[in-house]
Amino acid sequence: MDRFFHSVTLEKDLCVGCTNCIKRCPTQAIRVRAGKAQIISERCIDCGECVRVCPHHAKKARHDPLSMMKEFTYTVALPAPALYGQFNHLDDIDIVLSGLKALGFDEVFEVSRGAEIVSDATRLMLGDNRLKKPVISSACPAVVRLIRVRFPDLCEHVLPLKAPMEVAALLAREEAVRKTGLPPEQIGVFFLSPCAAKVTDVRVPIGMEKSHVDGVLAISDIYPQLVGKMNHLEQTEPLSRSGIIGVSWSSIGGEAAGLLNENHLAADGIDNVIKVLEELEDEKLQELDFIELNACAGGCVGGIFAAENGYVARARIQRLRKYLPVSCNRLEDAGDMRRLEWTETLEYAPVMSLAENVEEAMRLMQELDRICERLPQLDCGSCGAPTCRALAEDVVRGLARENDCIFRMRKEIQDIAARLSQIEGAATYGEQEPIQNGKAPLEGAESEGTA
Amino acid sequence: MNLQLHYEVPGDDFTRAGEASSAVKKKMKQLGFQPDVVRRMAIAMYEGEINMVIHAGGGEADIEILPDRVTAVLTDHGPGIPDVEQAMQEGWSTAPDNVRTLGFGAGMGLPNIKKYTDEMKIETEIGRGTVMTMTVLVK
Repeated sequence: MDRFFHSVTLEKDLCVGCTNCIKRCPTQAIRVRAGKAQIISERCIDCGECVRVCPHHAKKARHDPLSMMKEFTYTVALPAPALYGQFNHLDDIDIVLSGLKALGFDEVFEVSRGAEIVSDATRLMLGDNRLKKPVISSACPAVVRLIRVRFPDLCEHVLPLKAPMEVAALLAREEAVRKTGLPPEQIGVFFLSPCAAKVTDVRVPIGMEKSHVDGVLAISDIYPQLVGKMNHLEQTEPLSRSGIIGVSWSSIGGEAAGLLNENHLAADGIDNVIKVLEELEDEKLQELDFIELNACAGGCVGGIFAAENGYVARARIQRLRKYLPVSCNRLEDAGDMRRLEWTETLEYAPVMSLAENVEEAMRLMQELDRICERLPQLDCGSCGAPTCRALAEDVVRGLARENDCIFRMRKEIQDIAARLSQIEGAATYGEQEPIQNGKAPLEGAESEGTA
Repeated sequence: MNLQLHYEVPGDDFTRAGEASSAVKKKMKQLGFQPDVVRRMAIAMYEGEINMVIHAGGGEADIEILPDRVTAVLTDHGPGIPDVEQAMQEGWSTAPDNVRTLGFGAGMGLPNIKKYTDEMKIETEIGRGTVMTMTVLVK
């Protein structure tokens, strides 16, 4: 599998080459080239910001189709707890879970069950002091990928535990094998996701060689059909087996609250996440035990595959969880702790470096600084790079030209025009027009740029 | 091959303190220095920068980057340090109350610079200012 597979893709025909996505990308991973947006694959962290911000709906996130169920003899749905916030007037989680069975799944296994097990395991790991504090949550795949490309020092702070989705998938398959006697590969385990990064995380996992999940379905994709089934249920089965702690993982602060330890911080929204990571990198947040970070505003309910406004969903879940038990799942339910732990360590991927050796990088940096000084510092994005500095970087990497800057280009045209008129003036009148500051004495040329 | 960087550290806006060290950190990362070297330089320079803002009304930062060493020279025209030995002691601080409420003034600034750098030099003159030179070596 391609190490840099991404769920985010571009519908070329819809892209008009505007600057919205390039300006919004937290890792400067997008350029507009030849009028179309292009993703620099190794820099993309699948946060979905570009999908969210594109006014032309040219950015899409891939997910698996519901029809993929047909490839398996027996299927299990793993609903993310964010799903429960998508429905108006819902007062019982079992209606959602029964609706999923009516949709064709043979069984459901709530991801919130996996979440409660991860909460339990995290409490244990924080307690025995073997992790470097503050420990950073590994549940948000976009955050883990962000740390991997931008924060080398923080890699060893990331909680080396599988995310709730993986834990739920592991247990769901085992349960299904016990129940049906089928071989594990005939059981299809499907995550119902509010999140595009999870699609990537299942194809190219971090911390483990292979995901336990077979397919990732988008909540927004199955939503209309599911609502239809939920509205026409003959009976509601008692299927839910998770509590407040598990369901609360759906929004920011939920995971941290489940640790029952006040010494934590929770931040949401990719820009805020970056600010916290920068402070952490400078060792300004040493007194904390745990840091929960979610790339999406509001947490997973704010994911791009959610059907409902994240804040509305969060309010609904708050109401819905009110009469649930605190927690229904413990570490013992997963058996051995080692089954939850990452088998691979998080390695820094220095995709932002200018060159492999420092000397060469310094030479390029010097050139980059010189080019950057000549650019107008408007960060307008018209050249296709998000900032003037990013353009200068692309120039030294050989990926762009300085004249891609429309202001530089205009200046050059003015200079040529000035020289031409100089020659013309000399030829016609035998003397030169006065030229100041290298600018052409063209009427209106000055004010054009502000139009 | 060397790179020279220069930053003005404004003394009148406390909320901007730390911008220079943050910019240096960014450059060093992009240059591909080992994470440990970047971190030590960023923290030491941050401490020095904060000191200039709290005690000296700002100053200037000049950084020289070489493949095997990074040196920051922080120059201010503040009151100078009367007793350097005392200032180097952990917990000693003359920071005013208004910055202590923000969590500064723990008296760890200079000790931290010493801890994180390989070479540190303080030249100070009462009433004239302080020049602090700090170097991190690439090993």
